Amino acid sequence: MNKTSWFNVVSLTLGFAFLYIPMIILIIFSFNESKLVTVWAGFSTKWYGELMHNKAFLDAAWVTIKVAVFSSTIATVLGTMAAYVMVRGGRFRGRTLFSGMIYAPLVMPEVITGLSLLLLFIGIGLDRGVLTIVLAHGTFSMCYVSVVVSSRLVTFDRSLEEAALDLGCSSSEAFRLVTLPIIAPAVISGWLLAFTLSLDDLVIASFTTGPSATTLPIKIYSAMRLGVSPEINALSTIMIAIITVGVITASLVAKQQMVRQRREEQDAVRS
Amino acid sequence: MPNAVGRLTCPAANFAPVKTCAKSTDLVHAGRGPSLTTVEFEPWNDPQAKPLIHFQNVTKRFGTFTAIDDLTIDIYEKEFYALLGPSGCGKTTLMRMLAGFETPTEGKIMLAGQNIVSVPPNKRATNMMFQSYALFPHLSIWENIAFGLKREGMAKADINDRVDEMLRLTRLEQFARRKPHQISGGQRQRVALARSLAKAPKLLLLDEPLGALDKKLRQETQFELMDIQEKTGTTFVIVTHDQEEAMTVASRVAVMDHGKIIQVATPDRIYETPNSVYVADFIGDVNIIEGTTTAIGDDSYSIAWADGRAPLTANSNTPFSDGQKCHLAIRPEKVAITADEPSEAANAVQGKILDIAYLGNISTYHVELPSGVVIKAQAANTRRISRRSYTWEDTVWLSWTATAGVLLAS
Repeated sequence: MNKTSWFNVVSLTLGFAFLYIPMIILIIFSFNESKLVTVWAGFSTKWYGELMHNKAFLDAAWVTIKVAVFSSTIATVLGTMAAYVMVRGGRFRGRTLFSGMIYAPLVMPEVITGLSLLLLFIGIGLDRGVLTIVLAHGTFSMCYVSVVVSSRLVTFDRSLEEAALDLGCSSSEAFRLVTLPIIAPAVISGWLLAFTLSLDDLVIASFTTGPSATTLPIKIYSAMRLGVSPEINALSTIMIAIITVGVITASLVAKQQMVRQRREEQDAVRS
Repeated sequence: MPNAVGRLTCPAANFAPVKTCAKSTDLVHAGRGPSLTTVEFEPWNDPQAKPLIHFQNVTKRFGTFTAIDDLTIDIYEKEFYALLGPSGCGKTTLMRMLAGFETPTEGKIMLAGQNIVSVPPNKRATNMMFQSYALFPHLSIWENIAFGLKREGMAKADINDRVDEMLRLTRLEQFARRKPHQISGGQRQRVALARSLAKAPKLLLLDEPLGALDKKLRQETQFELMDIQEKTGTTFVIVTHDQEEAMTVASRVAVMDHGKIIQVATPDRIYETPNSVYVADFIGDVNIIEGTTTAIGDDSYSIAWADGRAPLTANSNTPFSDGQKCHLAIRPEKVAITADEPSEAANAVQGKILDIAYLGNISTYHVELPSGVVIKAQAANTRRISRRSYTWEDTVWLSWTATAGVLLAS
């Protein structure tokens, strides 16, 4: 079964080519000497240098990072709380409906999420800017965090919390001293996931942004209308790098946690 | 037969609070550190004794399911009290109510004279050792044991002393810095015990504490548990479905079924004088013969059974009326098996050996009587198996005395 057939090699190559050629081309052309995007004129990192002096892009980058940090933190706190209640809350009336409603935004079209948030912000008279994007991003990435955290909590041994209570903790102390340290890897990977989601969101950000706050994806999209420049290629390459690091870290954290959990389970079985 | 050495108890005949019987503790604890010095421990027979725990008509329902059904029990200080029953009998619910994780639907639970029903688990003077041990995986052994003490706000030096004392008690000194996943199952079990004992609770609850250990380690640990219980003088309540374990460690055993206590007594009384067919059947191996009674003298009855056969005779302290339906419960080890007809036995029946379960030290013979009833008889293998005078398909005689069995109404 391990023999590599030609069919497998070809389909693998085609699949990966389909997925990654556009990005690879983008990365290659970000190192292009020429100003013309489609003509290769030698290797250069000058567009990265130019980028560092483009105030509009730097401002947009700063806004994006601010939004990503705040929104993913909000999403992590709310998402962890939601996951905790859903897993631990016992069987109250309409529990299934509630947990379904937490996950619904995952499949909701972004346009609709964006539009509804826009209507809400106009309705309550909130000026659109960084704050509104933070709130909007927090809203939609919260459900991702709660999925990640609740999948960890489902396998969490309830008696650990009971032991903490039994040894004199209040419920909040039990959560802080026992539950949180143990589920921390899941919470961190949830935060990283929310961070990367916020970093690359264009649709919801464009609905909820105002003139004062332009995020990088919005900036890139609007610059694109004036033509593709190597500078944008360079910027996109940086974003690809950041997101790749974020996603890989998140999955490594999650994997490490899974490995440790499995080892503990094996130990428990062996004993 | 289970190790029913009458720890801290007197033979059944001395049930009245007579302080005469010698302590039998030494049988178990020979050469095992300081043993108990009390002569007698039967607070349940002392009308002056105040129970540490008193369940007053406690009922617990989960929806329509009744887990605990109008239950009243007393547990005394320094007791090692075992709750024994099949899974789903309510024993774990009972324990969780003591710990404070469940609230009774009706009734009162008194701990040292105080109703604790509304007291949350973190405010109770009870500690629990969990079946899964529930050690905190992110903390070291030392920190696990110190966890409860820190919550109490104990001074740092006192915490150090107390944790060291606990580590010594459970022989875990060299593992203090390790994490729970770096030690063996038996060591983890001791950490869990040390952690739950660290706060010096009035009452320690043990939920199937030895369930995860293999048989040999379990037996060793049972004696350790008894040792520690005696050293610390803490009241222990243990939940188990393993009757041997309950018999070994407990001062009294409560047999439960369907949320009710069927019988509470010392291990030897539970075994020798069960109060019902359920208890007789649950504890150890037993033959149950159905029949009807006729009184033939003081406490002596003749039992008509399996039509046409000679009636059996049995003694009973509980009165039976003539023609009453009864069950005669006889332990296999009290049934003698012989190749020839015994000359003077109160009860003797003839049958054919159907099966032999060879356990090394003893063998259990399944003997089928002509009526189809199968009776189990146990005999010690004092001779080599090749020199045994009967084997499969052989016709043998089974006999037992009038006092060997227990006559039960239901």
